[in-house]
Amino acid sequence: MKRESVLSRRGFVAATVGLGGSVLFYMRLGNQPASAASPTSTHLNDWIRIAPDGAVTVFSRTTELGQGALTSLALIVAEELALDPVSVNVEMAPVTEAFMDHGNTLGYGVGAAYYATWGSLSSRDMDGSMRKIAATVRVLLLRAAAHTWAVAESECTAENGVVRHLGGRTSSYAALAPMAAKLPVPQDIEPRPRAGWRRLGRATPRVDIPAKTDGSAVYGVDVKRPGMLVATIAQCPMFGGKLESVDASAAEKMPGVKKILALEDAVAVIATGYWPAKQALARLHPIWRAGERKAADSAAQYASLRRAVQSPDHLYLPEGAHAPELLAAHGAGMAAATAHLEALYEVPFLAHAPMEPMNATAHITPQGAELWVPTQFQSMVRDVVAELLGLPREKVTVHTTVVGGGFGRRTEIDYAIQAVQIARHVEQPVKLIWSREEDTSRGYFRPMAVMQLTAGLDARGQPTAFSFTAACPSIMDYSIERRHGAPQQEIEEAGIANARDLPYALSAQKISLASTDLGVPLTWMRSVGSQASVFGVECFLDEMAAAAKADPVAYRRHLLRRRPRELAVVEKLAAFAAWDRPAAAGRHRGFALNAANGSVVAQIVELEISPQRAVRLHRIYCAVDCGIAFNPDTVVAQMEGGIIFGLTGALLGEISVKDGAVLQKNFDSYPLLTLAQTPKIDVLILESDAPVGGVGEEAVPPVAPAVANALFSATGQRLRSLPLMRQGFSLADAI
Amino acid sequence: MTYSLTINGRQKTVIVAGDTPLLWVLRDNLGLTGTKFGCGAGLCGACTVHIDGQPVRSCLVTMAAVARAKITTIEGLSVDRSHPLQRAWIAEQVPQCGYCQSGMLMVAAALIRDNPRPTEDDINSTMTNLCRCGTYPRVKRAILRASGQGGSAP
Repeated sequence: MKRESVLSRRGFVAATVGLGGSVLFYMRLGNQPASAASPTSTHLNDWIRIAPDGAVTVFSRTTELGQGALTSLALIVAEELALDPVSVNVEMAPVTEAFMDHGNTLGYGVGAAYYATWGSLSSRDMDGSMRKIAATVRVLLLRAAAHTWAVAESECTAENGVVRHLGGRTSSYAALAPMAAKLPVPQDIEPRPRAGWRRLGRATPRVDIPAKTDGSAVYGVDVKRPGMLVATIAQCPMFGGKLESVDASAAEKMPGVKKILALEDAVAVIATGYWPAKQALARLHPIWRAGERKAADSAAQYASLRRAVQSPDHLYLPEGAHAPELLAAHGAGMAAATAHLEALYEVPFLAHAPMEPMNATAHITPQGAELWVPTQFQSMVRDVVAELLGLPREKVTVHTTVVGGGFGRRTEIDYAIQAVQIARHVEQPVKLIWSREEDTSRGYFRPMAVMQLTAGLDARGQPTAFSFTAACPSIMDYSIERRHGAPQQEIEEAGIANARDLPYALSAQKISLASTDLGVPLTWMRSVGSQASVFGVECFLDEMAAAAKADPVAYRRHLLRRRPRELAVVEKLAAFAAWDRPAAAGRHRGFALNAANGSVVAQIVELEISPQRAVRLHRIYCAVDCGIAFNPDTVVAQMEGGIIFGLTGALLGEISVKDGAVLQKNFDSYPLLTLAQTPKIDVLILESDAPVGGVGEEAVPPVAPAVANALFSATGQRLRSLPLMRQGFSLADAI
Repeated sequence: MTYSLTINGRQKTVIVAGDTPLLWVLRDNLGLTGTKFGCGAGLCGACTVHIDGQPVRSCLVTMAAVARAKITTIEGLSVDRSHPLQRAWIAEQVPQCGYCQSGMLMVAAALIRDNPRPTEDDINSTMTNLCRCGTYPRVKRAILRASGQGGSAP
C-alpha cells in the first residue's frame, strides 16, 4: 500500500519521560507534506502515555460525533498493548501543533496543518498511524523487560498491563515504561496482523455511551464557567445582507439584559440566561439591508441550473485521458447506439439540522482567548480567532466539548467567531446559543444540483456511451477553508462526486460539470456531492435496465463483472433480501449502490403504496464492505444512522429560498423522519481484505435512489427530483 | 418572582420571571443541563421531563404553571444509571451523538411505567421525539428489552 510505504520510509518513533512521571510515547512521521494520495497523518507525537499507576491514556484528534471514533481508538491501543479496552482512557488532544495532521489533504494553507473530523477519514487515519504507534510501544515495553532480566525478548509477552517472562518473572507496564522510553526506538514494527486480533473487530461497547444515558455528558450548550453570561443572536435573514439599524432602547431595560450588540450582519443580546436574552432579542426589530444577491429564489435557482447543465464548463479527465480523444470516443459510442436515453435529475438545498443548535463559549481576557466549542474543525477555530484578536496562536485555547451532531455543519466555525465577537465586549465568559430558527435558516447548506444523464444503448440494451453532467454551485467558494487561505482550485469537483469513478463498465463516458454560483452559503454535508450524484446515477441505471427490459440488479451485475468487490456486495445483498424471488403481494423494491471512501454499500428498499399514494416503508436491507470493521456494532449503527439521515433527505428535506432568505425555520417546516416512519433495517457486514474504509457517510447516498426505484416499480412513474414526498405522495408510518 | 419547586425529590428555590420556560429554569438557574434545548417549540422532544409523572416538553411550560408540581429530569431517573431503560440503552448501544437521548429516555420511562409491555405500535405512537443521528431502531429495541420483550446484546 502506498500509504504504508510512506509511513515506513519516513516514520520514526521516540519516547521520553515527562508530565508528572508519566511516560510519553510518540511517533514523528516526517515533516514533509504527504502526497495527495495519502489521507493519513505525517506528524504525530505525544499520543500514548503510561502513568505511574499504570493508567494508559491515548489522545484523539478526532471529534466524537457519535460515530464511535474514540472507542475505535481505545480498541486499537488495547489490541496492540493487550489491554481491556475499557481500561484505556481516551482524551481529546490539545489543539497544538504537535497534534495536527500535516497530511495536508486539503492544502488549505494556514500552517498547512489541521485538526479536524471529516471525510470518513478517522478510522483510516488511525489505521495508518495509531496501530503502528501502539505496536511500537508494546515492543519497547518487551525490550525493557528483556534488558532488565537479561533474557531474550522473544521469551517475553505483554498482557493486561504486565510483561511476563516464560520463566515466571513479571513487571508492570508502568514500572517498565521509564526504561522503555530510553531505548532506541525501532522503526520497523508492524501492528498485529488481522488474523491475530483478539479485541479489534469485535463488537465493543462505546466509551461515550454511559454518560449519554444520564444527562452527564457536557455538550457545548451545557458549558458552565464562573460568572458566565449567555447570548443569543439574530442574523440578517437575507444572504449577504447587513444590519441597517436597530433600536435597543426598550430591550436594554429588560430584566437580566447586560448588553446589546450591533454586529455587521446581526444583532446579539448578552444576558444572565438564554431566556432573558431571547426575550430581549424579540424586542429589537432590527432593520436589515438586503445583500447584492437578493434576487435568489428557488425557482430561479433551479432555472439557472437547468440552463447551465446544457453547457458545462469543465470536463472531467481521468488520469492519462485527453479531451479530444475522450469526446471522440463518447461521440462514437453515442453514434453506435440504437437507442438513446436522457434524463434530468434535481436535488434541493438541505440543512444539516443537528439536534444541538450552533453554540460556542468564549472567554476573552488580556492574556488570551479560551473557547469551548462543539466543533469538527478545531485548528481553524484557533487560527481564525487568533487572527481576529491579533493574538499569537498559542494564546488561543480551544476545548472540544461533546458534540450534539455534526454531519459537516460543524466544519464551519461561524458561531465560534460570533462568540468571540460578542464575548470581547465583556469581561466574563459568554456562551452564545443560536435558536433553532437561526440554525435552520442560517446554515451552510448542501448544494442544490441539477444533473443531466444520457446513455446510448445497443440492440441488447447494453450501454455504448454514458454521460453525466452536474450543474451546481461550488462548496469551496463558501467554505471557511477558502476564506482563510485555501488555494483557489481550478475547479471543485464535489458536484460530480462519485461519478468520477463509477464501478460500472460504462464505456465512452463523459463526466462534466457546470459550476454556477447561486448566492447561498454552502458547506460539506455527510457524503457531500454523492448525495446528488448517486441519486442521479443509480436511478438512471434503473432507467437503462428498464430500457433493456432487464432486472435492475441483474443489469448492474453484468456491468460490475470486472469489479469483484462491488459484485460481491451486490450479490450477497440480493441473496440476503431474496431479490430473485418476487416481492410479497403489494410490495415493491428498489436497489442502489454506492462505492466511496474505500467502502462499498448497497441497499434494497421494500415499500408499499396505497391508492391514495401514501408510501409505507417496510424494510431496508443494507450490505457493507468496509474492509475492516474495527468495531462491527458501530459499523451497523453508522449504516442505520446513514440510512435514516438519507431517508429524511430523500423523502422530506428541502431548504427553499425566497427573496434571498430561507423559508424553513424549525422542525415543522423542515421535518425529520420520525421513529414511526422508520422501517426495520437489516445490516450485513461483509468481510474483505481491503484496507479499512469509511462508514460515517457511505450509507447516506443510496437510500434516495433505492426508494425512487421502488416507487417506479410501484407506480411506473420515474421520480427525478427530491424530496420524493413533494412529488404527490405522502409518508405513512412504517410497518 | 421567587418560586419553590421539587426537582428530583429535592426542594429548590429560584428567582425568575414567571413566564420563563421550565427548560431554562432547569438549565440556567438550576444547572440541570441533562435536559436539552433542541427547538424551543415543542417539536423535537429533547427537553422532555416528568411533571407530576407525566412526560412534558419543558420548553413549552412556564415556571409559574409548574410552581407546585413535582418534577423529574434525566438526572433523577436513577442515581446510578440503574433504571431498566438506562441499562437497556447501554446494552443496545442506542445513543450516537446522544443529544436527543435524555428526552427519549424520559418519554420511554413514562411509557413503560404506565404500559409495562408496550407493543411496537404503542412505541411508534408514543416516541415522537426527533433524532438526527438515526437511533430509532435501537430506541425501539431498547424499550422492548427493558420491558422484557427481547433484545440482543451488542
